[in-house]
Amino acid sequence: MSRLAAAFAGKKPFIAFLTGGDPSLADTRRYVRALVDAGAGIVEIGVPFSDPIAEGPVIQEASQRALAAGTTTDNLFELVAALRDADGITVPLAFMTYLNPVYHYGYERFFAAAAAVGLDAIIIPDLPYEEQGEVKAVAAAHGVAVISLIAPTSAARVRMIAAEAEGFIYLVSSLGVTGTRAEITTDIAAIVSEIRAVTDTPVAVGFGINTPEQAADLAATADGVIVGSAIVKLIAAHGAAADDAIAAYVTQMSSALS
Amino acid sequence: MGVTLSKRFGEHGGQYIPETLMSELIKLEAAYLHFKEDPAFTADLGELLRTYAGRPSGLYFAAHMTADLGGAKVYLKREDLNHTGSHKINNVLGQCLLAQRMGKTRVIAETGAGQHGVATATAAALLGMECEVFMGKEDTERQALNVYRMELLGAKVHAVTTGTQVLKDAVNEAMREWASRMDDTHYVLGSVMGPHPFPTMVRDFQKVIGVEAREQILAAEGRLPAAVLACVGGGSNAIGIFHGFLTDAEVRLIGCEAAGEGVDTERNAATIANGSLGVFHGMKSYFCQDEYGQIAPVYSISAGLDYPGIGPEHAFLHDSGRALYVPITDEQAVSAFEYLSRVEGIIPAVESAHAVAYARELVPTLSPAENVIINLSGRGDKDVAAIARYRGKEVGE
Repeated sequence: MSRLAAAFAGKKPFIAFLTGGDPSLADTRRYVRALVDAGAGIVEIGVPFSDPIAEGPVIQEASQRALAAGTTTDNLFELVAALRDADGITVPLAFMTYLNPVYHYGYERFFAAAAAVGLDAIIIPDLPYEEQGEVKAVAAAHGVAVISLIAPTSAARVRMIAAEAEGFIYLVSSLGVTGTRAEITTDIAAIVSEIRAVTDTPVAVGFGINTPEQAADLAATADGVIVGSAIVKLIAAHGAAADDAIAAYVTQMSSALS
Repeated sequence: MGVTLSKRFGEHGGQYIPETLMSELIKLEAAYLHFKEDPAFTADLGELLRTYAGRPSGLYFAAHMTADLGGAKVYLKREDLNHTGSHKINNVLGQCLLAQRMGKTRVIAETGAGQHGVATATAAALLGMECEVFMGKEDTERQALNVYRMELLGAKVHAVTTGTQVLKDAVNEAMREWASRMDDTHYVLGSVMGPHPFPTMVRDFQKVIGVEAREQILAAEGRLPAAVLACVGGGSNAIGIFHGFLTDAEVRLIGCEAAGEGVDTERNAATIANGSLGVFHGMKSYFCQDEYGQIAPVYSISAGLDYPGIGPEHAFLHDSGRALYVPITDEQAVSAFEYLSRVEGIIPAVESAHAVAYARELVPTLSPAENVIINLSGRGDKDVAAIARYRGKEVGE
């Protein structure tokens, strides 16, 4: 069983996101450990991009801080290698980034490096179903899952996307960009049942989630819950000393799922 | 439906956009395909272009410039005389009419120099639509008069403070806004860029420039031009005029991109000269970027050319060799701005002045029997204060 499949086997993982290199690579390395120790079942590491069009202000600013600190794609491959080899992190690790940093690195070179360091998946918000072909074949050859996103507006596209999804499906809870929201109005259950009609691939919901109540609600229908901005906000507030804040928050969120 | 449009120009173009927007882009393509063949739609658009925008725009024989340069005859395609002062109105009227037919009541737009924002605010006022314009904070300062102009027209202007605070950041914000509200809102993209169908649709709305210019030059000279010149940021005025001559192999098509302080300096926006293949703002094309694919901050005195990419069809015309792209510095553009003002009594947009600048080099190398057309994409009233500043003079706006 792959690390991703194991993460969803008999449990509903709390999936945590943080931006790589914010505020420094050493901090990110420690924070990933803290996320896992507090119960995160999968960790997404954001590879910062200069123009993250799917992100709200919190993750935009984190990306800018990480880039200003000099973070590069190569640094983040090294970080994943350290997490796997030196730190003994065994949960699935995914990159979340935009297509240009991957395209410019070279698909073959990028996914060879990803596989070598032990990355399980990649999430690329500006790579819709229609354009996935050029990436998926290369990624698959290296055993890296390209995560498909489904949105509240996907409508007739839901089954088409779900049928070819791999790893897990990232169900975008709301219109707009990433960032915490007071309430989620999309009929998540309806979309999940559309997905279930064509595939058993697990469905994780993200965008806007920040409270244990929201997480518990969504976990009643979905297979996992993704939280990014709420964690990145803690890092923005506490800088290099966010360890305790992250641990407390993620403990609370992940226990809402179990 | 059976008919679809190609999403690519060679390897360029595509739809690299978040899933949230995909259904909307598919609806837009279907609506465009339907209405471009709809007689009532084309009649309405044609009528507005004639009676509201002032088409056809003139093809003016620049006798003094011709005599001064001593080579080919110089003609200026007077897009600067359109309502709102640039070619932008051609695309905006088309897209806003289409949006209205699609049942949208609100339009959003990005703008650099303010020309596209003003044109969109104008069309929205005309058609009774709500309008919000995203403009980099730095540009709202460089083009303060255009901000007030848009507000007069009833639009709300958002000064974008993220990223580098110029055109690319305004596009980012407009895309984010569209992804959060598309039921009643159409994003009027201002150039031949972004995800399919924008590069094709905007080109089609701008083709009128080239169609007119070809008829006009044949009527005036009885022969085709040796060269057609236009400035290129995203590239909508250039693609518009190029399309009139695309299949006339003997007509050289020349795009003039912004070299800022020089192509070998840090401060320029010369995408073809310095860019490399990438994927950004929904399209595969050439972009100014670093070794890790981070989009580079770019610079030009011209807010309208201050963009790190180029439309995918231009990238294809470059690859195929059909069009030539040349870098023009701020100094060359400002000098051409002053030259055209003095010699012909026409103050060009500093964007368009990039094409005038290259004409000053090219025309003397051609024979008097030949002619060239410069697409004078906009007028320069908006740039007067910035040019004065460039020359070290302070004038109140």
